[in-house]
Amino acid sequence: MECVFGLVGNGFAVVVADSSAVSSILVHKSKEDKVMVLDPHKLMGASGESGDRVQFTEYIQKNVALYQFRNGIPLTTAAAANFTRGELAAALRKSPYHVNILLAGYDKETGPSLYYIDYIAALHKIEKGAFGYGSYFSLAMMDRHYHSNMSVEEAIDLVDKCILEIRTRLVVAPPNFVIKIVDKDGAREYAWRESIKEAGVAPA
Amino acid sequence: MSRRYDSRTTIFSPEGRLYQVEYAMEAIGNAGSAIGILAKDGVVLVGEKKTTSKLLQTSKSTEKMYKIDDHVACVVAGIMSDANILINTARVQAQRYTFAYQEPMPVEQLVQSLCDTKQGYTQFGGLRPFGVSFLFAGWDKNFGFQLYMSDPSGNYSGWKAAAIGANNQAAQSMLKQDYKDEINREEAIQLAVKVLSKTMDSTSLTSEKLELAEVFLAPSGEVKYQVCSPESLGKLLVKVGVTQPAAEAS
Repeated sequence: MECVFGLVGNGFAVVVADSSAVSSILVHKSKEDKVMVLDPHKLMGASGESGDRVQFTEYIQKNVALYQFRNGIPLTTAAAANFTRGELAAALRKSPYHVNILLAGYDKETGPSLYYIDYIAALHKIEKGAFGYGSYFSLAMMDRHYHSNMSVEEAIDLVDKCILEIRTRLVVAPPNFVIKIVDKDGAREYAWRESIKEAGVAPA
Repeated sequence: MSRRYDSRTTIFSPEGRLYQVEYAMEAIGNAGSAIGILAKDGVVLVGEKKTTSKLLQTSKSTEKMYKIDDHVACVVAGIMSDANILINTARVQAQRYTFAYQEPMPVEQLVQSLCDTKQGYTQFGGLRPFGVSFLFAGWDKNFGFQLYMSDPSGNYSGWKAAAIGANNQAAQSMLKQDYKDEINREEAIQLAVKVLSKTMDSTSLTSEKLELAEVFLAPSGEVKYQVCSPESLGKLLVKVGVTQPAAEAS
């Protein structure tokens, strides 16, 4: 089942998500990217109802882009997080989106930051956080091994510890994970951790 | 029948003009003037007070300077009742932005949102346009100190030094001559007062006929909007040399 987690290091932030698209007991796909590159310096990791997840994160992405077109300046990570929270809160009393979000970003003035936004529109600025069944294990691992100002190597090492723990202790562990990083040079995919390959289509 | 095109705000005249908008600008040309100067370390706004009667009790210290948000202030030239409506919408816009993003609204966006409202009345509804020009002074983290001027047509532009209201062309050309880049706030105040003293109709400039406000950064880094008190304004006028201390005593 779903695992999305992230942490802030020295000059960067990391967001990790499983890449399984499931409905009930069936796995449709094991390479579904759940970490969106929101803009050149923001990552949005999301878990929840998959239709809501895609719809809502794209809606936020397009609105952040619209803001930049209109005003010529990008939103800061904090502003984007508050905007996202506002949209979730507005929808909450009408037709709520079931999405939990980890928003990571890098700003020139404030450096890297990570925000926790859940489907009932709570917003927290955090150093490390997680959503989904995987959170029980990844949060525990991060509580034990996280420290401030981690280097990229240390952070990825911790991410791998979390993934290993999820794979060994979670009954419904997803096979594959995607790791993305955002720092002063921008948001980008860092690596995949795959224990199964997507079955290729046999040549006709 | 040129009158046909006068009474409608939303219709072009055969020469391609919008008379009501031009008349609104004309109205502002008769209003008390105001000057804004962008300095290295802040923005200075100076306005001419038109006191109609000695018996008139003003409820507060400023009658044409308004704070819109913690980081933006404006000075008005034109019809005050129209301006009050616009200032109110500007304040609402600024708070809406803060509510959505938990950050102060960038100055240009605030000016733009207000000018969108102004523009609407030159095109829709058959109502008259707002008879107001503004000078906006503000600070934001992207572009630092800024000074904008807006007019009834909904146009706005950024300036280093600008003048609106009566005699604005004379004031503008004086500013053009005397403005220097790298000017500081103190010099900007002196320049603004000097220009206003020369372009105002009245012969002697006193602290009752003037108001002065500044937007600057406090040492703590927060944006400050400060209105000059009549007493210190009086001292300032003497220092700049536009009034004589002896004349004040007599």
